[in-house]
Amino acid sequence: MLGLGDSWVFLAYVLCILSTILCVTYSFVNWNKDIDTISKEDISWLEEEVQVEEEL
Amino acid sequence: MNMPVAIVVTVIYVAITIYLSWLGYRRTRSAADYLLAGRKVHPFLLAMGYGATFISTSAIVGFGGVAGFMGMGLLWLCFLNIFIGIFIAFVFFGKRTRAIGRHLGAHTFPELLGKRFKSKWLQIIAGAIIFITMPLYASAVMIGVVRFIEQTFHINYDIALLGFAFLVMGYVFFGGLKGVMYADGFQGAIMLVGMLFLLIFTYYRLGGVVDAHEGLTQLVSNLPQKFIDMGHAGWTSMPVFGSQLWWVMVSTIFLGVGIGVLAQPQLAVRFMTVNSGKDINRAIGIGSIFILMTVGVTYVTGSLSNLYFFNNFGKIAMQMAVDPATGQANIDTIIPIFMNSAMPKWFTYIFMLILLAAGMSTISSLFHAIGTSFGRDIFQQIFRESTHKKTIVINRIGIFVAFLITIFLAYKLPISIIAIATALFFGLCAACFLSVYCGAIFSRYMTKYVAWVSMSSGFLMWLFWILFIHLKESSALGVCSFIFNKPSLAQGTVLVFVDPIIVSLPVAALVAIVGTIIARKKANTVA
Repeated sequence: MLGLGDSWVFLAYVLCILSTILCVTYSFVNWNKDIDTISKEDISWLEEEVQVEEEL
Repeated sequence: MNMPVAIVVTVIYVAITIYLSWLGYRRTRSAADYLLAGRKVHPFLLAMGYGATFISTSAIVGFGGVAGFMGMGLLWLCFLNIFIGIFIAFVFFGKRTRAIGRHLGAHTFPELLGKRFKSKWLQIIAGAIIFITMPLYASAVMIGVVRFIEQTFHINYDIALLGFAFLVMGYVFFGGLKGVMYADGFQGAIMLVGMLFLLIFTYYRLGGVVDAHEGLTQLVSNLPQKFIDMGHAGWTSMPVFGSQLWWVMVSTIFLGVGIGVLAQPQLAVRFMTVNSGKDINRAIGIGSIFILMTVGVTYVTGSLSNLYFFNNFGKIAMQMAVDPATGQANIDTIIPIFMNSAMPKWFTYIFMLILLAAGMSTISSLFHAIGTSFGRDIFQQIFRESTHKKTIVINRIGIFVAFLITIFLAYKLPISIIAIATALFFGLCAACFLSVYCGAIFSRYMTKYVAWVSMSSGFLMWLFWILFIHLKESSALGVCSFIFNKPSLAQGTVLVFVDPIIVSLPVAALVAIVGTIIARKKANTVA
């Protein structure tokens, strides 16, 4: 158990690495998925976002 | 550490950060430019930005210190940070938040709730909760950097705080809140590289991964009796099930921070600025590596500091952290003391940059949220005719007031507070916002009234628990003692160690679920 004294801590150690692998795999598999278009809605949202930024 | 060198390094770092912020801001000045720049932005920047906002000095110094006290059981929080804070947050919350936020034209977290439920006052109250309570978290982040400066340069805490406060204020008021995309990427990269070195060097100094862990496991025989009485079972084991320490670890640290991250306004709003779901997909992998390398390394290093201290000074971390003036151990100084005694001198400069990066990236996002809450969510909603110029002034006043509150708290809060204050804020966000946020993005049946009752019940339950039950806060606030003549109504029971999130989140969730089911039935009946 990598020298750890408790199986719960060992499990946490392993799960940290496994969950990272899960995330990296998800990214890799879905790298080009989901729509990547810009709608009118996006443009008006971005215009207002610029104003919000300027007001800060 | 050489003070003039440290000052030069800090000035260069701040200059680069401000330049990158300005560069980012210039690119956002027209929507078309923004789109163009945004579409070229590598998902690395999105992941780094989210990670640098999520992970602050509070995580590194505060929770690293907690790991020095409690041990590697804290890796469960690292797992939750990756699985819930990245995977669940990006895949399930991120894409929906982006789509609905854009559709509704929402630019802040309270605005998302207000527009979704068609309630101006929901936006105002959510904005007020953020404006009033966020300085607590901001002060925890600030204390994290200041404790390191105090330990490294051996200067008075108050003076270090004043110096750092001026630095942050200069950063915030001279462009630090605008176009932080590139600055966050730079700060995130510093954190990532620095922490990787820290991990490798710590294991190397202690004889490798397995030897270091075994050495730490064997250190259990040197555990002080008072720790054993609290339920401590060694730094490579979980605390005894149901003990005081177990409840603190599981309810406050794991659940408060692990789940609370989902309803963090400054993080949720980042999803709305992403250009497409594709970018979210791409950022998940990098984000998870970032979290593993920052919090994972911090918790391992914090725990292993016990072995290093014991081998070299014959003391465990909590004994090293005892302030000779007061005789009390300050958990928040464990990581700074370890860095200054175990790491090569040149690395302390790098670590200082890591903390500046972690602190300033989070603080800039927090004050961004505070500023927009005050100006856009509260002021503009109440005074709808507000002009552009007026809003700028109001935003600045709001940020300045919140800044003063933050500094005041950083002066006044007791020792060993960073992780506690962070967990308290995360827990409050979960209690107030998580159920309503879920309803806003996942259910079309949750109504304005259900949202109101859920948010209020979560908040009131949270408030009741910290005023009358959870000993740490109830004894400090003194309301329970004043009314009932005892520090907690649950005195003598294990409930005094149970975090408010354990009761307030289920109450808010139950109200939200039952209310939504009733609303759905009503809607179907009418249809």
